[in-house]
Amino acid sequence: MSLRLVLRATPDVPVEADCLSPDRLSGLSIAEIERLPIFHGNRKTALADFFSVSGQPGQKIHMQGDLSRIKHIGTGMSGGEILIDGDAGQHLGIGMLGGTIEVTGNAGDWVGPELRGGRIVVRGNAGHLVGSAFRGSAVGMTGGEIIIHGNALNEIGHCMRGGLIAIGGNASDFVGVNMLAGTIAIFGSAGIRAGAGMKRGTIVALQGLEVLPTFSMSCVYHPSFLLLYLRHLRNSGLPVADSHLTSAYNRWCGDAVEINRGEILIPTT
Amino acid sequence: MQLGTTQIEDTFAEAFAMWGTRIIVTAANLDWARVAAQSVTGFATSVIGCKCEAGIERELTELETPDGRPGIAILLFAMDRTGLGKRLVERIGQCVMTCPTTACFSGLESEHQVSVGGKLRYFGDGHQASKKLGEIRLWRIPVMDGEFLVQDRFGVQPAVGGGNLILCGENDAVTLAAASAAVAAIRTQTGVALPFPGGVVRSGSKVGSRYKGLPASTNHAYCPTLKAVVPDSKLGAEINCTLEIVIDGLTEASVRIAMGAGAKAAARPGLTSISAGNYGGNLGQFHIQLHSLFSDGDKP
Repeated sequence: MSLRLVLRATPDVPVEADCLSPDRLSGLSIAEIERLPIFHGNRKTALADFFSVSGQPGQKIHMQGDLSRIKHIGTGMSGGEILIDGDAGQHLGIGMLGGTIEVTGNAGDWVGPELRGGRIVVRGNAGHLVGSAFRGSAVGMTGGEIIIHGNALNEIGHCMRGGLIAIGGNASDFVGVNMLAGTIAIFGSAGIRAGAGMKRGTIVALQGLEVLPTFSMSCVYHPSFLLLYLRHLRNSGLPVADSHLTSAYNRWCGDAVEINRGEILIPTT
Repeated sequence: MQLGTTQIEDTFAEAFAMWGTRIIVTAANLDWARVAAQSVTGFATSVIGCKCEAGIERELTELETPDGRPGIAILLFAMDRTGLGKRLVERIGQCVMTCPTTACFSGLESEHQVSVGGKLRYFGDGHQASKKLGEIRLWRIPVMDGEFLVQDRFGVQPAVGGGNLILCGENDAVTLAAASAAVAAIRTQTGVALPFPGGVVRSGSKVGSRYKGLPASTNHAYCPTLKAVVPDSKLGAEINCTLEIVIDGLTEASVRIAMGAGAKAAARPGLTSISAGNYGGNLGQFHIQLHSLFSDGDKP
């Protein structure tokens, strides 16, 4: 049994609803949940003004409707499940520690900013700055997983220091910019300047990418750790081909403008 | 009690509390995984002289290993948790990391863990890198064929060492055949390892010696050449060869199952009796009665 939240009507300006997480809602009555404050633009209002609430409050939340203007869903959640049957707005799962969020549609910018743990799955596309640091912050995502089955836009994994981001489709520019550690796998094409300023970490570009001149080719080899990651991603429903598992990979090391300990892996076949 | 023409003596195997673990070695193909596994389990017959006991548990298919490559499951045992951790670092460092194309993973989920990759990583001389997938941390150590991948921490658990069967036959041929059959049967079981060469030990030992400082010496009561010499020989006139099978297991139950399977497979005409080694019950924490290994259907 889950708590069911159905959006009555798409708001005309974004709604900030950081109360929408199992940590905040479990233990409350339906009436208490309906009275929880959210912000419609700069106006404080109640959750019930936008959502009909039913079901059993607990560790599972099922949300329905076009939530593309509902921001901050799952902020700081430490466990439980959120299923969003539709699109999700910006800042999904800010600083999340555990649990899972699944979006059947698309997600806006800032999916999983500064994620610490847990898992976010977006079946459609995502916007800019997946798993990134907030502006002015030195460290982005440090743990957990973000799986985007579709495409994602710029600055995926900006300042990322741990965890796994996988993009089933195409990525735009600056994948892994200023990356500190962690792993990003791109199954489609990638835009320009991938890995710019990266210190450590791994970008796996399964359809290749244009490597910056500050990266140097090290070798062609079979990275055994990648087998574990690819098998895990195949089990997660991403398009891992048999050739991805058997291929040798070009290992590019960079970024030389930093400490040159990051890597971009590109299959040879 | 009889199993066919073979007598099952009314005695018990005295087994000891140890710590054990399962490690999984994978490689580009099964041949190289086997080479590494044989190296890991070499010179690991007895804690008395080798500091640990180890054996190959079974071969693993690509579907059973973490990286989808062929692999081998190895069981390794030592007298305490700290010692087991040290042996793992030594043997994985010297026998797996050195072997081309291999990777090494923990094959045991346990609340008790020891650091292995976390220590071996220093071989990377600062060039090592870690990856964390889910809750599992892995270390990538640069080596001359690419990278050696090893899990950071390995699960260990309390275990049982020294389960045994002593096969007493009319001659060496029938006793060896019985031992081989027992080994084959035991190797179909999981959770157990046979640390001695081919799973069989001919130099079974007793505790102590007439020579000062020697912790163990030949089990003279089971040496057929001494039947006419020692007053406490356990061998009847018709017995001319004895071989012992030592079984270490992750649990007492796995040792008991293996002992039962081994005894059933060994029993045959010419194998006069099956006994077990013990020290009067004063040393080992586990007393495994031979007669208790068989269900009522096996009993005459």
